[in-house]
Amino acid sequence: MAQSDTAAVSLGKRTVVFGAQLFSSPAGQKLLAFGSLIVLVIYFAFASPAFLHIDNIIGILQSTAVNGVLAIASTFVIITGGIDLSVGCLMTFCAVAAGMVLSSWHLPLWISIVAAVGVGALSGTVSGTLVAKLKIPPFIATLGMMLVNKGLALVVSADKPIYFVDTPSFSQISQGSVIGYILPSVPIPNGVLILFVLAFAASVVLNRTALGRYTFALGSNEEAVRLSGVNVDAWKIAIYGLGGAICGIAGILIASRLNSAQPALGQGYELEAIAAVVIGGTSLSGGTGTILGTIIGAFIMSVLTNGLRILSVAQEWQIVVTGLIIILAVYADILRRRRI
Amino acid sequence: MTPLISVKDLSKSFPGVHALSHVHFELVPGEVHALVGENGAGKSTLMKIVSGVYSRDSGEILYNGEPVNFLSPRAAQDAGIGIIHQELNLVHHLTVAQNMFIGREPRGRWRVFLDEDKLNRQAREILERIGLRVDPRAVVGGLSIAKQQMVEIAKALSHHSRVLIMDEPPAALNAAEVAELFSIVRELKAAGVGIAYISHKLEEIKEISDRVTVLRDGQFVATVPTATTGLDRIIAMMVGRTLSETLRIERKSPQSEVALEVRNLNCAPLVRNVSFRVHRGEIVGFAGLMGAGRTEVARAVFGADKAQSGEIVVHGAAVRIKSPVDVVTAGIGYLSEDRKRFGLATGMDVESNVVMATLARYLSLKFFLRKQSIRESALAFIRLLNIRTPSPRQEVALLSGGNQQKIVVAKWLARNCDILFFDEPTRGIDVGAKAEIYRLLRTLADEGKAIVLISSELPEILQLSDRIVVMCEGRITGELMPAGATQERIMDLATERETAEAA
Repeated sequence: MAQSDTAAVSLGKRTVVFGAQLFSSPAGQKLLAFGSLIVLVIYFAFASPAFLHIDNIIGILQSTAVNGVLAIASTFVIITGGIDLSVGCLMTFCAVAAGMVLSSWHLPLWISIVAAVGVGALSGTVSGTLVAKLKIPPFIATLGMMLVNKGLALVVSADKPIYFVDTPSFSQISQGSVIGYILPSVPIPNGVLILFVLAFAASVVLNRTALGRYTFALGSNEEAVRLSGVNVDAWKIAIYGLGGAICGIAGILIASRLNSAQPALGQGYELEAIAAVVIGGTSLSGGTGTILGTIIGAFIMSVLTNGLRILSVAQEWQIVVTGLIIILAVYADILRRRRI
Repeated sequence: MTPLISVKDLSKSFPGVHALSHVHFELVPGEVHALVGENGAGKSTLMKIVSGVYSRDSGEILYNGEPVNFLSPRAAQDAGIGIIHQELNLVHHLTVAQNMFIGREPRGRWRVFLDEDKLNRQAREILERIGLRVDPRAVVGGLSIAKQQMVEIAKALSHHSRVLIMDEPPAALNAAEVAELFSIVRELKAAGVGIAYISHKLEEIKEISDRVTVLRDGQFVATVPTATTGLDRIIAMMVGRTLSETLRIERKSPQSEVALEVRNLNCAPLVRNVSFRVHRGEIVGFAGLMGAGRTEVARAVFGADKAQSGEIVVHGAAVRIKSPVDVVTAGIGYLSEDRKRFGLATGMDVESNVVMATLARYLSLKFFLRKQSIRESALAFIRLLNIRTPSPRQEVALLSGGNQQKIVVAKWLARNCDILFFDEPTRGIDVGAKAEIYRLLRTLADEGKAIVLISSELPEILQLSDRIVVMCEGRITGELMPAGATQERIMDLATERETAEAA
């Protein structure tokens, strides 16, 4: 009798331990986030038949593309234990740069893409240098760079939207559908395709390259890495630079989707990107995180926005709900960690 | 006279260590009672139990003849037991008075606003009572360490403490400051306060204390009157251990080639004009008390702290050191005393840590990690150093201290470093793993590596070193061959303060 009691207790304990392990692993957070996404989708699907309509799904995918790409950029910096507040305004500046190249200088399309990515990489490198060499805290350095990029976008564009009337192909970058050309029944827009290809590439960089390894190591214990004789400053600058280059891609995507570069747009995007990263299980204190989690986080954000709109929730309330969801997601993450 | 504090048969263990076993201690009013012992003897633990920081496992504490069990430092403080910890606990941006009354600020109108005048008045009264000339409105961060120390005393006394525990007043005090501190201690003594004084500085203890209690390895050794007991006897009681209990390890003799030479290294405040050499195949032990500057020497050589002056010569060639990158390139590895802060990314797995300093070698196209070869070399080191881990993918935080230490060793061996600084390599490591680390050090030396061993455990130094360098207050105070070295002789050199020399 006593023996079976003990067995039952130990079995119960093991189950608890197993559960704790499941959710305390990085995979666990992804599971949690993915589960939440599925729950949201099922809920909205039942609440409104319009939600699962193909046009709406395309809309969700389309709107995730830009935020998802920015969130990928943020993921790198956040895993190092830093933060990049400049991503939104940098995206806009990159879009404006592409617009200038196309519409004012009438250069070929590919040069505009190179320009956008180049401007992004340059700005990111400056941020990284401020953080690594001048030891300015990332929050402040990138806050400064946010305003610099915002201001430059307005200056260069003379505060007017740049429309791509001469180059109709530009809008195809995001809005066209290579997949739809091959499979007409699933017209997934190119912007989404780009998001997924980029996510795959970012995942490879993060997990299979020296840059990725040092991204985690800096966030885990920067001092130990420095004392291992690693050129910490150079890697840090490279990581911020990479983040900036990815913002350039986001700039192309948003300009292509709006078929114009809107210099006043951009501020606020950085916070949505950070929210997606955090919901996806990347810790703001650095050292852990995944691209897959970030993508799931970005989808949670856009499914939520879209679903609430379909249910005709007032836009003001949508904002409130989004805020609460972010708090809830981070709190769930804290609870998960506490169990260790 | 009823003792203020009477500790009987007190025991305390932490996971894996008996920190204290059956210790006695007594403090009477108006007494300065010194607690001495080597690092890790249990002095601080004892005082932390008395002041409610730790709980005890067994034994009795009487305060004014009454059994007490303080559950928090706050409770002990309210009862009149104040403790000044090794690290000063002051808020640098607040004023002296604000620090003294932190958490008990006098309130003014509607009990909402703080009464700053009353605060400063009360603080001034206490400062005057102990004869400390410092403005209560001065910001603490701007005061010297000595003055901060005295503000801590004033803070403890503002609780009307009848017992004051002083845990190692900082090593940085100069002779004049020590004199000032002591005059305050004497005032308190005259006022009937009982003072427990933990220190490594035996001359100071000789000067200020009435009785001395010696602890060794968590055991009570003796309580003796200071006036009639010689310093040699106190030292003998402190180190008591005989060498016979430790095994001698077979060794090859060092080679004649100098691997590392350090000349006139200065790195304020704890490295002063330090010069030494290490030969290939040699283990040079650095002995000294906590705060003697040994770790700081290692950090300065390694470029982790910026040295003001000095020359570092590796295999006959001078090395310009701007950052650890230069030092690692020159083939020097540093195993920090604080593995978790400076040695390992504990949230990452074993293989990532092993290749941390050599990642560039495991890249294809200079960019992509060759995971297979990372895995293979991690496995090779796991076998070579007998690292006990379920797999190379195991998170380092989940391994024992000894195995973590071996991972740091692997990191530097992977880099082919032939000069290695081991800073307290066996701290927090259990006995079995210790022996393994000792053998590893010896093997490395026999293979021709030059090793600097920094350790606070004298038996460890005596057992492993081919040569022993002793430091005190940032200077090298002597060099001994192990054959002629005894723990007593090392202790002498380790407490050879500059002021004593001048006198």
